[in-house]
Amino acid sequence: MPSMLEISPDQIERNRLYAEMGLSDQEYKQVVELLGRRPNHTEIGLFSVMWSEHCSYKNSKPLLKKFPTEGPQVLQGPGEGAGIIDIGDDQAVVFKIESHNHPSAVEPYQGAATGVGGIIRDVFSMGARPIALLNSLRFGSLKHPRIKYLFEEVVRGIAGYGNCVGVPTVGGEVQFDDAYEGNPLVNAMCVGLIDHKDIQKGIAAGVGNTVMYVGAKTGRDGIHGATFASEELSEEAESKRPSVQVGDPFMEKLLIEACLEVINHDALIGIQDMGAAGLTSSASEMASKAGTGMEMNLDHIPQRELNMSPYEMMLSESQERMLLVIEKGREQEIRKIFEKYDLEAVAVGEVIEERRFRLSHKGKVVADVPVDALAEDAPVYHQPSRVPEYFKEFQEMEDYQPIIKDYEKTLIDLLKQPTIASKEWVYDQYDSMVQTNTVVTPGSDAAVLRVRGTKKALAMTTDCNSRYIYLDPEMGGKIAVAEAARNIVCAGARPLGLTDGLNFGSPENPEIFWQMEKSVDGMSEACEQLEAPVISGNVSLYNESYGKAIYPTPIVGMVGLIEDTDHITRSDFQRSGDLIYVIGKAQADFGGSELQGILEGRHFGKPPHIDLGVEKERQNHLLAAIQAGVVQSAHDISEGGLAVALAENLFAQQFGCKVELEGDTVAELFSETQSRFIISVSPEKQKEWEQLMTEAVLIGHVTDDGEYRLNVNGEPIIHTATNKLKDAWKGAIPCLVKSKA
Amino acid sequence: MKFAVVVFPGSNCDRDMYHAVKEGLNEEAELVWYLDADLSSYDAILLPGGFSYGDYLRSGSIASTSHIIQQIKKAAADKKPVLGVCNGFQILLESGLLPGAMLANRDLKFMCHQEELRVENNKTMFTSEYQKDGLIHLPIAHGEGNYYCDDAAYQQLKDNKQIVFTYANNPNGSTGDIAGIVNETGNVLGMMPHPERAVESLLGNADGLRLFQSILTYWRNNHAIHA
Repeated sequence: MPSMLEISPDQIERNRLYAEMGLSDQEYKQVVELLGRRPNHTEIGLFSVMWSEHCSYKNSKPLLKKFPTEGPQVLQGPGEGAGIIDIGDDQAVVFKIESHNHPSAVEPYQGAATGVGGIIRDVFSMGARPIALLNSLRFGSLKHPRIKYLFEEVVRGIAGYGNCVGVPTVGGEVQFDDAYEGNPLVNAMCVGLIDHKDIQKGIAAGVGNTVMYVGAKTGRDGIHGATFASEELSEEAESKRPSVQVGDPFMEKLLIEACLEVINHDALIGIQDMGAAGLTSSASEMASKAGTGMEMNLDHIPQRELNMSPYEMMLSESQERMLLVIEKGREQEIRKIFEKYDLEAVAVGEVIEERRFRLSHKGKVVADVPVDALAEDAPVYHQPSRVPEYFKEFQEMEDYQPIIKDYEKTLIDLLKQPTIASKEWVYDQYDSMVQTNTVVTPGSDAAVLRVRGTKKALAMTTDCNSRYIYLDPEMGGKIAVAEAARNIVCAGARPLGLTDGLNFGSPENPEIFWQMEKSVDGMSEACEQLEAPVISGNVSLYNESYGKAIYPTPIVGMVGLIEDTDHITRSDFQRSGDLIYVIGKAQADFGGSELQGILEGRHFGKPPHIDLGVEKERQNHLLAAIQAGVVQSAHDISEGGLAVALAENLFAQQFGCKVELEGDTVAELFSETQSRFIISVSPEKQKEWEQLMTEAVLIGHVTDDGEYRLNVNGEPIIHTATNKLKDAWKGAIPCLVKSKA
Repeated sequence: MKFAVVVFPGSNCDRDMYHAVKEGLNEEAELVWYLDADLSSYDAILLPGGFSYGDYLRSGSIASTSHIIQQIKKAAADKKPVLGVCNGFQILLESGLLPGAMLANRDLKFMCHQEELRVENNKTMFTSEYQKDGLIHLPIAHGEGNYYCDDAAYQQLKDNKQIVFTYANNPNGSTGDIAGIVNETGNVLGMMPHPERAVESLLGNADGLRLFQSILTYWRNNHAIHA
């Protein structure tokens, strides 16, 4: 009899079993107060997942409030499955980013795959068709066999899920740094397209309406996944493998098609996916948002395994499941739609007036808690913050001045850095073209998808230079947002808004909390200035292993609107004979640079400074020039500086270049000064361009001889074959992956 | 001309195929769910790419046992054009409409990019708008596109001019660089590259459109004779 095995409220209190589930003594007391009695095993399970950082944002809520989230274009800000932004013609774009770091650290294939599956569900649960996937990945150094394994399997997992489900993976970024050795980051972003009339919400409205469970059966996988995601990784992490869910992209594909059919059905009241904390979060949040309550009979939950306890069913994070609220009496109409796709749709409960979340199992009530207690009454912590010693030290340092002997060798070394090198090895494994909307495929500054049936297109990118953020979180936070916007503008788009994937160490460490605070401040300021509100996001804390935290990594996923497909602009040079311009002057900005990493083996000092006013003005002028049709290509200058950006512009069509620069050679070539661009313009448009962009400086032209020629102050500095540079850039990652450490 | 795009659970290039016909070719197309198994009113049958049944068991194998395959076989016997792309090609192999089998790519990785192809045979109802030995570009996107057949079967394919497309730089290990083949009667084409992804210059490549135009030309000529 299960009741014989049931853990009693007494045992939970006496043996502090709640602590194993991630609740503190204080939080346990709070639960007892809210209930007016001691919780039973199922109930304490509900609280432990709903009050985990992953579901409640209890440590990050005060910071998230700082983000600007409004704008005339915003139709749905943070709080629903994903945010929504108007793009005109009664259409809107829906997007969100989400982390799957901890699962990917112990089971990289499934961790990454289910990360993709989860974010897709967030988007189609809003009623949108998912049209694109992006990702942002961080790993330790590829020299270690374990890191190679994680890298290869994460990429394979993303490909395995995204390719099968038929949503193109169009962009992303991968960076490698020792700071992520024990704790890789896997953040996945999904973008969807929706007609205004189809926008859905996750609400359980209408007393008496039926709660339906659809999709895959519930198993014992992923139990306590949300709690696991809210802990530091340790040697015991391997034993948490059962906390990792297993994905079935085929099931998800059926679920997408069935749910997009259901949203056109007027019997549908609310829809939400079962993500972190599974049935518990979807059900209680839907009721809490609607101001209702919910009763569920767990005997009706489709189960994959025998003898599952209420605790296991409620905490399972089995994938590919959705919860629907349907007008009472019309269940059969909904069931029919799911039957077409061989999917189960089962009535499991009812919306009730009393604001309780009540679960029964085998004729007994197994949980009965106030519904807001789970979703709304989670504690909120204002963690103490302290300026770290390292930051004070870095701020007092003299500006770092690298010494270079061989410029060509340095350029080649930079091109071989895995963070700069070609990511073709990665994105070739992703189907980037399915749905036939992808105009600019991976490898450019931003991916571009046309909006079928219109002249419009969408540009999208993920960005975050976490080294800068580590050195100075506020400045780095500004740069992360500005760089994403730069990439969007280079593609010919106006930034619409962003989703943030905040990845940090433990918020209970005051120095880490300070990093969180400052980077959010910096990001918020840049969002204001660049008019890109935050419409959705995700927080992943406790990214630490063996007591070492990752670099603060608040990833920016940004989407922009291109008014006319004629404005779509690529980052690389398009034609021999075109003139090459640089916007922005190089200063000696080497703190946190790729060059510093190569020469010193670590990053220190101050990151580049950014003036958001200058940034905004340049972006506006550049976009106007692109829209006027005078720009052939636009590329921002980022990691590795101008010499690297220039080389990248030549590779696709094996062009050459003749460039003359004036100033300090090392800074001109390799400095990572912000708000800078390399633009190419056809000679016929020279005059028009120079009038529109008075700041731009002509530095040379594109040639068809495949020779990279760069002079500084009249002296030849680098003269080499484009192909030699390309081989270094293209071969670096395949070479590292293949090499036996 | 009216095209059927057969949709299996897990097909994911069905809409792309539909748009290629509707917008690229300006002809009629309908998405036909695999259970709605009457294909008699269509002039051509298109089997799109994707992961029918999640590629479980073997890619294409579960779809090849569904009832609609009988309808497709009938259309093939009636000399209607039947085109299977990617997973559609795998289904045609599994159902025995085309010879050979598909293995995992040589490097065991999924790959997605443009490939250069040679048109080996332009005297088919699918390739008349191409030049013989002409080089074209089409995207590939597959994990199991390594076409295999034994020496005897390969010789037969060659002798019968059933090899329609070959890769200029074999990306996946296919026997004889094969990218696409027709059946002996020439009305069933299976190919791994995706012509439906290459029908408009906005997406960088329109080389695939001529394949659909060839089918239309064939149908018009054929229709004119009968009419």
